[in-house]
Amino acid sequence: MDQFLQHLLNATMLGGTYALLGIGLTLIFGIMRVVNFTHGELYTFGAYMVFFFTMTLSANFFLALVFAMVLGIALGAAIEFVLLRRLRGASIDTTMLVMIGAWIAMQNTEQLAWTGVAKSVNHPFPIDPLVIGPVSVSWIRIFVFCVAIMLIVGTHLLIHRTRLGKAMRSTFQDRETAALMGVNINAIHTATFALGSGLAAAAGALLGPVFVLVPGMGDMAALKSFAIVILGGMGNFMGAALGGFLLALVEELGAGYISSGYRDGMGFLIIIVVLIFRPTGLFARAERIG
Amino acid sequence: MNRWATGLWVGFLFSIPLWMTDQYYLHILIVAGIFIIAAMSLNLLLGYTGQLSLGHVAFFGIGGYTSALVSLGFDLELTDSYTFVFPAQPVWIAFLAGIVVAGFFGWLIGKISFKVRGAYFVIVTISFAEVVRLVALNWIDLTEGPMALNNIPPFTLGVPGLWELTFWRKIPNYYLVLVTCILSYVVIARLVGSRLGRAMIALRENEPLAASVGVDVTRSLVLAAVVSAAIAGAAGGLYTHYIRIIDPDVFLFIYTVTMVIMVVTGGKGTLAGPIVGGLIFGILPEALREVASPEMQWVIYGVLMILIVYFLPDGIVPAVSSWWKERFDAPPKTGEERA
Repeated sequence: MDQFLQHLLNATMLGGTYALLGIGLTLIFGIMRVVNFTHGELYTFGAYMVFFFTMTLSANFFLALVFAMVLGIALGAAIEFVLLRRLRGASIDTTMLVMIGAWIAMQNTEQLAWTGVAKSVNHPFPIDPLVIGPVSVSWIRIFVFCVAIMLIVGTHLLIHRTRLGKAMRSTFQDRETAALMGVNINAIHTATFALGSGLAAAAGALLGPVFVLVPGMGDMAALKSFAIVILGGMGNFMGAALGGFLLALVEELGAGYISSGYRDGMGFLIIIVVLIFRPTGLFARAERIG
Repeated sequence: MNRWATGLWVGFLFSIPLWMTDQYYLHILIVAGIFIIAAMSLNLLLGYTGQLSLGHVAFFGIGGYTSALVSLGFDLELTDSYTFVFPAQPVWIAFLAGIVVAGFFGWLIGKISFKVRGAYFVIVTISFAEVVRLVALNWIDLTEGPMALNNIPPFTLGVPGLWELTFWRKIPNYYLVLVTCILSYVVIARLVGSRLGRAMIALRENEPLAASVGVDVTRSLVLAAVVSAAIAGAAGGLYTHYIRIIDPDVFLFIYTVTMVIMVVTGGKGTLAGPIVGGLIFGILPEALREVASPEMQWVIYGVLMILIVYFLPDGIVPAVSSWWKERFDAPPKTGEERA
């Protein structure tokens, strides 16, 4: 039972970042109909930016997190502006091919920039874990979890309480009508992609100090994001948030009780099973945002 | 291309080992040929049925692993007291087994994943390949996991005891790959020209319309997936018995991407497309090896793929053939027409 509680706690801590990744991807898919293969690279980018600011420039850790996220937003906006804007209206397969090309180019640029040697990021939190009765959790993970939850709530408020969010939701519902009502579709697409990318970069920046950094780390993150998005239903915000926690739980239990070698395989099994039995996702009445 | 040009091409390809004495170039051509076979099989799904299957490397790897295991023999501890022992088989049987098993997985995955389309289909196929990779990595009793399967026997030709040729050298392997390549080409060309092929193209163009005139959607797509997977499995078998070692890295997503780049660059939905693309991307890495690191090469490929989608969306082969038609086959302007 203690072991189970520990797994549950670990899953919750990890689930926050997974939810961030999933929400970023699901927003982009829902609003732009783009299967974003660069999502994992933005995650890697965020992690390496934290490394760059803290270890190379010896900046403050918390400041580095903010910088990483801001740069992630900027990079996302640039990708949308350069690559995707001219593909508006192209088939989903065409954009997918472009995104695959961008993903490969980005991943290998990261490999060139940072080499394949694994890197680690120092953080200012105490090494000794917090022990609560039978379970324990490290301080950095608590911090990561809290920031992730704050970002999720912030994104939710952005979508539901601001003008920009309203414009995003209306674009999601009906692009043409939204455009007729004076919504600047180009700006909304750029903002959406920048926001989704920023969330991915934030997830990477937060998990960077927890794990080690390698240039290929984004692949698993991207594939897990896909799993989360499918679990929650494409374009479903709450679905992605819940999906993130669910995937973390399944992985944690799978690694704990079946075999740790198949930890990363759980997400793919989920994808396959969900798409066979419930292709619209577990939480979906219909594809929607909000 | 007419019959004579085709004959000339095939003759040229058969003559290469006669004058190309550098074994290294021959090796490059063999590997390029194996990837061309894989790319042709992917083209059947990607180009003709219009389904972007991004798990194609799974069939390649399954074919390779099956062929390796059957030719090496293996034992599985099913219960504590009973161990299933599979004796080593001749390489040809192993090769056929690889094709059959890959084809079976093509059927299975087709049955499962053709329930969904578009983005969902892509993600299911990626997931499938990743699951297979993880199984190959973790099922150490069978696959040796990251330690890889070594000493895989090469192909042999002839009757045991009387006369045998073991394919240790490059030249017989080159001919083997060339013949398989031609066979795969013929199979795909016949299939595409058949009733089923027309059904596949109709599905690509307009699925509801095709279904409304009586095309059995799932059956056509699953059949295409079976043939495609079986040919990819054959490519995997050739690869395994030529390189003679196989490890779970064969399932890496990057190999699927290589095949996709080959098909898209050459021209998806054309018979010659994967061959042209395969030759370019089979030879380019070796040509660039001196000037660019592997990472730099991948950056170039990624950018190239984006540029091709923007500026040459149909690929090289359709672009060249339309240019050719414009240049040489344009109807001569006669006096009556002008008048």
